[in-house]
Amino acid sequence: MQTYEDIWTYLNTSPLTHLTLTLLAYQAGSWIYKKGGMHPLLNPVMIAVIFVVSGLYFTGTSYADYFEGAQFVHFLLGPATVALAIPLYLQYEQVKKSAFAILISIVAGSLTAIITALTIGYLLDGSKITLLSVAPKSVTTPVAMGISEQLGGLPSLTAILVILTGICGAMLGPICLNLIRVTDKPARGLAMGTASHGIGTARAFQVNKTAGAFAGLAIGLNALATAILLPLIWNWFF
Amino acid sequence: MLNQITLILCCHLAGELTSKFFNLPAPGPVIGMVYLLCLLLWRGKLNKDLETTANQLLDNLSLLFVPAGVGVMLHFDRLSTDWLPITMALIGSTIATIIVTGVLMQWLSKPPAEKSHLTPKASMESPDANL
Repeated sequence: MQTYEDIWTYLNTSPLTHLTLTLLAYQAGSWIYKKGGMHPLLNPVMIAVIFVVSGLYFTGTSYADYFEGAQFVHFLLGPATVALAIPLYLQYEQVKKSAFAILISIVAGSLTAIITALTIGYLLDGSKITLLSVAPKSVTTPVAMGISEQLGGLPSLTAILVILTGICGAMLGPICLNLIRVTDKPARGLAMGTASHGIGTARAFQVNKTAGAFAGLAIGLNALATAILLPLIWNWFF
Repeated sequence: MLNQITLILCCHLAGELTSKFFNLPAPGPVIGMVYLLCLLLWRGKLNKDLETTANQLLDNLSLLFVPAGVGVMLHFDRLSTDWLPITMALIGSTIATIIVTGVLMQWLSKPPAEKSHLTPKASMESPDANL
């Protein structure tokens, strides 16, 4: 018979515990989201993060220990991004037809994201490191971290700001788009993907496959646009 | 199913290698997505199994962001000292970006004749409208 300590040590060091915790927290988040009529403010990622962080806090578990288990889920982000090619292929004719509109809209969106984030942060006395870490927030995590590092921000802070932006966009985006009467599915998807990358795309997919395909396309194009534009803008203004 | 996963992982790997080798600003998975898209366009048809596998991954896309999101616990300090500029920049900039991109795309993809009236009468009550 093992002691409680032995069992606790096993649980705390095995990837199984934290992998299970992540899935349970997400299931709980999804359940609340569905019960609430899929209201965007009940974002399942946000709910799951709150559950997991509280769980880790109460058991005194470090993020590094948690990530040992959670990395298996985290890894799937790569293959899932590759899989965005399938909805894109299915919408290919429509994408080709509006290629010009897509390019203009994404470049404008990328510029808006960078300039408004820097201006608001600057006006409210954010430190230089904070500004640099906030600026690439609308871009998918690996690219945002790369840009932030290249300019002298904190990549790990950027990673978290990217996730928070994604949650924020998934929560507020649908509400804003309804208010300003953007009903066109490709336009809604493109806006969600440009402003809030994968999390906005996830939200788009849950509601409509066409919107999801355009959101997925926007992730890639906005990553490129921002990687080129942000260093230029930063060097001009600061 | 195993074939489809292997195909996706091969594109992912090829994308990573391309990104690292040429030191590109685009990350590996995004380049992998382009490779898979080119492959599908070249083949000209989509295998049903591949579509199913991709849908299974994409239906649970939100879940995959949870581990990175939990990383927020590492940055409570900075987030609490600079909370005002960070919160306002995130919310303000995200809303501005969504509005600019959405409005521009809807306007640009309309046929020229319709451009004068921006507000279509599509019902906002339809379940799809609250994307």
